[in-house]
Amino acid sequence: MNGVQVSTTVNGDVEEFVCHPGETLLEVLRNRLGLTGAKEGCGTGDCGACSVIVDGQLVCSCLVLGAEVEGRKVATVEGLADGNRLHPLQDKFLEHAALQCGICTPGFLVAAKALLDDNPDPTEEEIRYALAGNLCRCTGYDKIVRAVDAAAAELRKSSKKKASGRKK
Amino acid sequence: MAAHDVMPDIELFQPVTVEDASAIARRLEGRGWVLAGGQDTYGWLKDRAKTATAMIDLGTIEALSGIEETADGVRIGAMTTLRTVSRDPLIRERYALLAEAAGKVASPQIRNQGTLGGNVAQDTRCWYYRRGLSCYRAGGNICYADSPEGMNREHAILGASRCVAVSPSDTGTALVALDAVMVIQNGGSVRRVPAAKFFVGPAVNITHMTVLREGDILTAIELPAAWAGAEHYFEKVADRDVWDFALVSIAAAFRTSGNAIEDARLVCGAVSCVPHRLNAVERAVIGRPRSEETAESVAGLASQGAKPLNFNHFKAPLMENLVKRALRS
Repeated sequence: MNGVQVSTTVNGDVEEFVCHPGETLLEVLRNRLGLTGAKEGCGTGDCGACSVIVDGQLVCSCLVLGAEVEGRKVATVEGLADGNRLHPLQDKFLEHAALQCGICTPGFLVAAKALLDDNPDPTEEEIRYALAGNLCRCTGYDKIVRAVDAAAAELRKSSKKKASGRKK
Repeated sequence: MAAHDVMPDIELFQPVTVEDASAIARRLEGRGWVLAGGQDTYGWLKDRAKTATAMIDLGTIEALSGIEETADGVRIGAMTTLRTVSRDPLIRERYALLAEAAGKVASPQIRNQGTLGGNVAQDTRCWYYRRGLSCYRAGGNICYADSPEGMNREHAILGASRCVAVSPSDTGTALVALDAVMVIQNGGSVRRVPAAKFFVGPAVNITHMTVLREGDILTAIELPAAWAGAEHYFEKVADRDVWDFALVSIAAAFRTSGNAIEDARLVCGAVSCVPHRLNAVERAVIGRPRSEETAESVAGLASQGAKPLNFNHFKAPLMENLVKRALRS
């Protein structure tokens, strides 16, 4: 094999790996780095189960090469929680029962994270638009949309607290 | 046939200049595949429906990304992502037609990685062809879509010649409507091709959808000032609002004086192998206002000459209705 040496950052940690030239980022994450949160649903970009964030942009990791993330920053669902403390999105997904089988959940969480990083106060329409590249065959989406809405409210509350805390 | 998910063993070149990319492509001849965002490419390679043995990644050429103002309009690097095109303030202000079209491509994930150059250079979605069958477009001597049992709801009603596949590009229609110019470099030489001539129908070349050939690198798309700030209309009709290709789309630009249309471009997508310019409609609306009356009187011209297949008769009235919606303002 013709190996490609790649140096990148995954969830804040520097990672170096050698991969096949045609190996997808999804394969690298799952098979080389042991990060199995991103799932392969379709392999063609339809389902979004493999969603990760590269340099702040939500992408399907099945449609990005491992070699393409050289020098870039990758964020996956594994980086969402802070140690044992779940991210508000994860809390609200649980609270709102926004998952059933769970296969699509990592992709939805990451897509929702990308949305809220970009737009902390989205309308329902904006939430639905931002999650449109992710398929769920169990929930019917409504609970997911409500969970993201609730997490956004929670995050706004805590960032306000932080801001007023700084003033003192 | 492989199952959509495993890439083949393949080489990867990551040049940093257009000259190098072009030289590698020429050296590899048919074995090389020029890679933009990869959102069309990886599907072809995973399915083994195309047999490239090396990819030439344009992602490492910095000069190919970005949007800049020029003396005569705006120049968009071919590797600029669809997300950037859809959100860029300059494009939204002056060429909102293109911003809207780019924002309607596929899904957020795909717009973040997919590029404007890749969107216009992508291959057709005809599933017989994409399945790797030996059809006309693949060098064979049959069209599976245009057969008594062929599933051709999504296929062409205009401009077909043996092959009935359509151009899937949402931005292609907008670029033709805006008289965009495609800048193509091969080695040290650069040629500039009007968007309307960039796309190629099967009567001209049945195995290529664009004028791009070995060693050609689409480097930029130029939008002339002539259509900046024009009135516009874009609509894409698809079975699903997201991650779906158009059944029919329309991109229209109008320059008006007082109430009257002075110049117009109306281009339909997904009805032909190329973005289909509605010349007769364009001529008929000159001097008339954008109104219900104008819409009703010219819409019938839109689908003139259409030859529907078994399952896509609906496309003709859909074209006419989209023309009406574009003209109602």
